[in-house]
Amino acid sequence: MNAGAQPGEMDAQPVPDDTPVNLEAAFRDSQVQEVLDKLDRELVGLKPVKTRIREIAALLLVDRLRRQLGLITETPTLHMSFTGNPGTGKTTVALRMAEILHRLGYVRQGHLVAVTRDDLVGQYIGHTAPKTKEVLKRAMGGVLFIDEAYYLYRPENERDYGQEAIEILLQIMENNRDDLVVILAGYKDKMDRFFLSNPGMRSRIAHHLDFPDYAAEELMGIASLMLAQVQYRFSPEAEKAFGDYIHRRMKMPHFANARSIRNALDRARLRQANRLFARARERLTKRDLMILEPEDIVASRVFSEGVPDEQVPGAGSK
Amino acid sequence: MMTNHGSRITQGTFSFLPDMTDEQITKQIQYCLKNGWALNVEFTDDPHPRNTYWEMWGIPMFDIKDAAGILYEVNQCRKAYPHHYIRLTAFDSTRGTESVKLSFIVNRPKNEPGFGLIRQEVDGRRIRYTVHSYASERPEGERYR
Repeated sequence: MNAGAQPGEMDAQPVPDDTPVNLEAAFRDSQVQEVLDKLDRELVGLKPVKTRIREIAALLLVDRLRRQLGLITETPTLHMSFTGNPGTGKTTVALRMAEILHRLGYVRQGHLVAVTRDDLVGQYIGHTAPKTKEVLKRAMGGVLFIDEAYYLYRPENERDYGQEAIEILLQIMENNRDDLVVILAGYKDKMDRFFLSNPGMRSRIAHHLDFPDYAAEELMGIASLMLAQVQYRFSPEAEKAFGDYIHRRMKMPHFANARSIRNALDRARLRQANRLFARARERLTKRDLMILEPEDIVASRVFSEGVPDEQVPGAGSK
Repeated sequence: MMTNHGSRITQGTFSFLPDMTDEQITKQIQYCLKNGWALNVEFTDDPHPRNTYWEMWGIPMFDIKDAAGILYEVNQCRKAYPHHYIRLTAFDSTRGTESVKLSFIVNRPKNEPGFGLIRQEVDGRRIRYTVHSYASERPEGERYR
């Protein structure tokens, strides 16, 4: 960053205490606002997560200003754990995190290395350490994202090599704090159990972010965003039908938040394509290719099977 | 003559300069990575100029984005062989072979006894010259302290 040249010359003589500090200008220069705005635009809901990201951004900016004025700054630990139900946006936020930390000059390259147990744990004695180190070296200068981190620890098998990977991970997380940020992600209950059996891991992670489930309106917002990305949109009736769909789907088992929404939309597009083929002899317009109609949605099994009784299948009766 | 008159060996890039700091090494590594070269850490305690193949510390490192990953291995090697010569070699694969683009020493023993000149008299009173590292008179692993 361009501010890097300044501390040296500032060190020469102590800066008086009443030196004005331009936090606003520093904020503007870092272009963090752009990333935060993007986060707000593209990620629906997730209030607590966004608040925490904002706080981290503020801390790093203040730290940078302190450094410019020759004050002592201690590199904060930014290892994080993301917990939450499936489809609540953990991976998406991790990706953004790499970009934000890069903008703030905390990580040097800003790339994300996403791994799971397979990438860290070896298959025979002596295989794990080099494998884990290889991954860690690749992630240096960026963010290491370990999805479903609790699988690293298998208490039922005491000879499991996962423990070895955890030890190396802990060591590097501590010694090379400036070089990489580790983000562990997983479902809440399993993550809690993982931290219980690995207290060292818990204490080395400064930020525990819990991703809340989405409300129905938020899911609707996500759906429109997803459709807009691939240049589709709902007709007004279809939007109502989809709102209905969301309410029904949320009550059913295996509901995976945004992921379920994505799947539902994929199936709706499938049905739309089918519907267009059925009336291929009519004259179709560009508009027809973009619009999802209610019948693309109500054909879903969610409406015909496994529906809670008290709900009258309104649109689904056709 | 490939040896210099001081006892400091001068092999590879930057070898006539004072030893680089870690910060300077980091910048050189970052330059190599920016060019897409793979880096390898090598070490030896036989610094004869014709000894071009040094021991490899692990395999060449591909897919690394930041110098910290390479410097980590350099430091691991320094820890294991504090009194050896350690060098970093950068390989470029754009021509279809991994050709050396840059090679520089990142660690050297405190005392470098240097090289002696050996004269061998052969037929017709001709003289053959060669250099001989004083350090290599002792067995491998005990050459530098």
